[in-house]
Amino acid sequence: MTYARPSFRNPDIPKNRIGRSRREYEGTISTLCAGCGHDSISGAIVQACFEMGIEPHHLAKLSGIGCSSKTPAYFVGKSHGFNSVHGRMPSVATGAVMANKNLIYIGVSGDGDTASIGMGQFVHAIRRNLNILYIVMNNGCYGLTKGQDSATADEGSINKSGVENQFQGIDLCGLGLELGATLVARSFSGDKTQLIPLIKAGLKHPGFALLDVISPCVTFNNNAGSTKSYDYMREHMEATSAIDLVPFKEEILHQQETGTTKYIPLHDDSIIKVNKLAADWNPLNKLSATNKLADSKSKGEILTGLIYVDDQSKDLHAILNTTNTPLNQLVQSQLTPSKEVLVKINAGYR
Amino acid sequence: MSVSVKINDLVIRFATVNGTGSASANNMFAKAVMRMGVPVTPKNIFPSNIQGLPTWYEVRVSEQGYLGRRDGIDLMVAVNAQSMKRDIDDVREGGYLVFDSTKQLYEELIRDDIHYIGIPMMKLSMENFSDARVHQLMKNVIYVGGLCGLLGMEIEVFEKLIHEQFAKKEKLIPGNIKALHLGFEYVSEHFVCPLSIRIERRDLIGNRILTDGNNACGLAAMFAGATVGSWYPITPSTSLMNAFEKWCNKYRIAEDGKKNFAIVQAEDELAAIGMVLGASWNGARAFTSTSGPGVSLMSEFLGLSYFAEIPAVLIDVQRSGPSTGMPTRTQQSDILSAAYASHGDTKHILLLPSTPTECFEMTLDAFDLAEYFQTAVIMLTDLDLGMNDHLTDPFEWDESRVYNRGKVMTAKDLEEVKVWGRYLDIDGDGIPYRTIPGTHPEKGSFFTRGSSHDPMAAYTEDGDIYAEGMQRLLLKWETIKTKVPKPEIVRFDESIKEAIVFFGTSTYSAEESLKLLQDAGIQLNAMRLRSFPFSHEVIEFINKHDVIYLIEQNRDAQMRSLFMIENDIPPTKLKKVLQINGMPITAKYISDSIINLKNN
Repeated sequence: MTYARPSFRNPDIPKNRIGRSRREYEGTISTLCAGCGHDSISGAIVQACFEMGIEPHHLAKLSGIGCSSKTPAYFVGKSHGFNSVHGRMPSVATGAVMANKNLIYIGVSGDGDTASIGMGQFVHAIRRNLNILYIVMNNGCYGLTKGQDSATADEGSINKSGVENQFQGIDLCGLGLELGATLVARSFSGDKTQLIPLIKAGLKHPGFALLDVISPCVTFNNNAGSTKSYDYMREHMEATSAIDLVPFKEEILHQQETGTTKYIPLHDDSIIKVNKLAADWNPLNKLSATNKLADSKSKGEILTGLIYVDDQSKDLHAILNTTNTPLNQLVQSQLTPSKEVLVKINAGYR
Repeated sequence: MSVSVKINDLVIRFATVNGTGSASANNMFAKAVMRMGVPVTPKNIFPSNIQGLPTWYEVRVSEQGYLGRRDGIDLMVAVNAQSMKRDIDDVREGGYLVFDSTKQLYEELIRDDIHYIGIPMMKLSMENFSDARVHQLMKNVIYVGGLCGLLGMEIEVFEKLIHEQFAKKEKLIPGNIKALHLGFEYVSEHFVCPLSIRIERRDLIGNRILTDGNNACGLAAMFAGATVGSWYPITPSTSLMNAFEKWCNKYRIAEDGKKNFAIVQAEDELAAIGMVLGASWNGARAFTSTSGPGVSLMSEFLGLSYFAEIPAVLIDVQRSGPSTGMPTRTQQSDILSAAYASHGDTKHILLLPSTPTECFEMTLDAFDLAEYFQTAVIMLTDLDLGMNDHLTDPFEWDESRVYNRGKVMTAKDLEEVKVWGRYLDIDGDGIPYRTIPGTHPEKGSFFTRGSSHDPMAAYTEDGDIYAEGMQRLLLKWETIKTKVPKPEIVRFDESIKEAIVFFGTSTYSAEESLKLLQDAGIQLNAMRLRSFPFSHEVIEFINKHDVIYLIEQNRDAQMRSLFMIENDIPPTKLKKVLQINGMPITAKYISDSIINLKNN
């Protein structure tokens, strides 16, 4: 590593509820290009985990392959990370979640990793409603192999070489809604005010939280004519809402819902507070969310913010009816029957 | 025609149509032979289809205890018009054909060198049972009753089996008993019973059981403490995960009714093995089962398991390849694809069981080995072992056995140790110490990756550090050789310089072939392989011989390649005895092949 972080620590630096500073949620220095949207997302994850007071060792970070999938090294260094194979993070995450229901899982993927090579696994992880925050760092191109269009590049978007994309782009949020993702949101790497609360909501949500973050590739896809550039995003973002994650229900129980404010309780003590900006949209109604998404698209806008949440989400462990103790903590006496059982089984085969 | 009486030495084949319920009647017959104390070997020969195509069930009865397949059908129960011509041709000279005489046989189906025994099965069924739906099912029981009479078997044994089979559906018992007697009485009245081939009571079973390898593996996975199972349906492995689920639902339910296990049917084999790696990385014992096409798909992840050192247990129930091949026929043809699965320099532990009992024991071992060596362990069974019932020793569980989780750092270990690096070889055996996510708030976390890493698990592109890591994996491979299951030296006489070497389901027939060869004046030593990499004992045995006849059920002598690649055994010394027709290999095939090789 060429760079080193200074070891100086300000003793008055703010601490979160478990006594950790924000610095303790950082990872190694990023090796991505200066100005890469992905680094902003890593920063937002650091901030969200710090503010939520997550124990770093209770977080597990999983990724596939690509620029985006490198980022788990750049946030929450005290967490275990798993950089798996291209497009296969969802299955690795599924196994990990099956083994230990008590950890908090972040899956990080890119548009190539999710919408092309990993589409099959992505689709099925959603169907199973894994309890995971699945972030797609979506830049519409393949960075590591020098800028080829990806499957989320919009039709007509112009790449750095001036070539217009001829194919339909896949809208991951629309797909997520269709497949039954129990939380669907979109954001922009350049809008931390919106992004951080969405990350928090996704981490708290008991099920598959899909967070599609448009994250411009400064090297290969930030040119004029690209629909995933910083400029294009700033000009075409439409937000459903401004949301906030409120950790304790009690604090806001006395507050009334209004026409623009909505409170969505989660399974623990927290609540998502939604300040609606879009009047014709209800985040708890899938049809409304689907319509809103289509409506924005037809107007050439990119809908961001919380799009849909199922407040009755039943995650994989609930579906499988697994025991409360994480499976990786069960001991031999709970797992292996007695010798007598085997004697009985043998007798059945005579 | 021969009239000499043959007792407890016969092969019976049932030629039926799949999807007609014949399987349970046929199974009952095989079990009855066992209940009469006589060694029995049933084999299902079935199509890759749900309903309507020919299927065969072959039962070898052997007082001498031979459990391999044998050619030469002594008695054919031919109740499938589609395959009738071929079925009749397959009967040995002087053998018997049992057929449904409800309809007359065509003239061209009449051979003058076999006996025809017509039982009006469908007619009897229709006369005695009113429901059209049960006519077919009862027809099956009628021919079983007929066989009971023709072979001189004890009808009480069948009656008891019917009572057991329908213990939970008692109202079905009288009908089945009636059908059994209809067949039995018809043959008693119309033919001289018993025939010249007979089954007589003996006491040769001991405490052995009759079950299949897939069941044994699924049961053992439960005993081994597997909590995560992921799989994609594929013949002939499907019943393995079904067995695991069945046993877990019986013995792995917590007091609150919740499950101490989780099984997910994956979207494909890539995802199935991915889940195994994710769960193993997170500290659970996890496994998957598949067949050859699945191994191809799993290869990339197997490379990750090897390089990132993540335990994985994979049971490959082999079938005939390549590509889709013959999905419902057996073969031992995934040896190379399993041993070297994935790109780059990779190699994997292979376990080679030959009986359901050994499937059970080796599945227990597979989880210990995978965790101890932090790598993939692939158990190679095959369709014959996995799906057919075998007479096998009872399963045993040693209560003093403790799961060997290998070198896992606890929070306390992490507190005490000065330096911990995920890929540091502290003990000089090539096996590093691993941590499970969530163990310690400050220590032990690292970034698992399939890209090149240094001993501290940091990414590196330094070629020397990468090469050192690869060499350490080779050192681990050497350690593995001392811990994998040892071969079974079946026969060793120092004065004999030639030997047969075999593994898996070739075992019964290979052992039987020793007798056939001996009768032909050929004395050979014998060794059964049980694992890869080859341990010191295997190579020592090979080195003590001038010629090795290596018996394999594949075309390209894949095990032979492993000996050449891994141990520099000269190819000229390794003679190939190969069968690839998808049928379990026979003793006669082996002895004939060896005699041929010796003569040429």
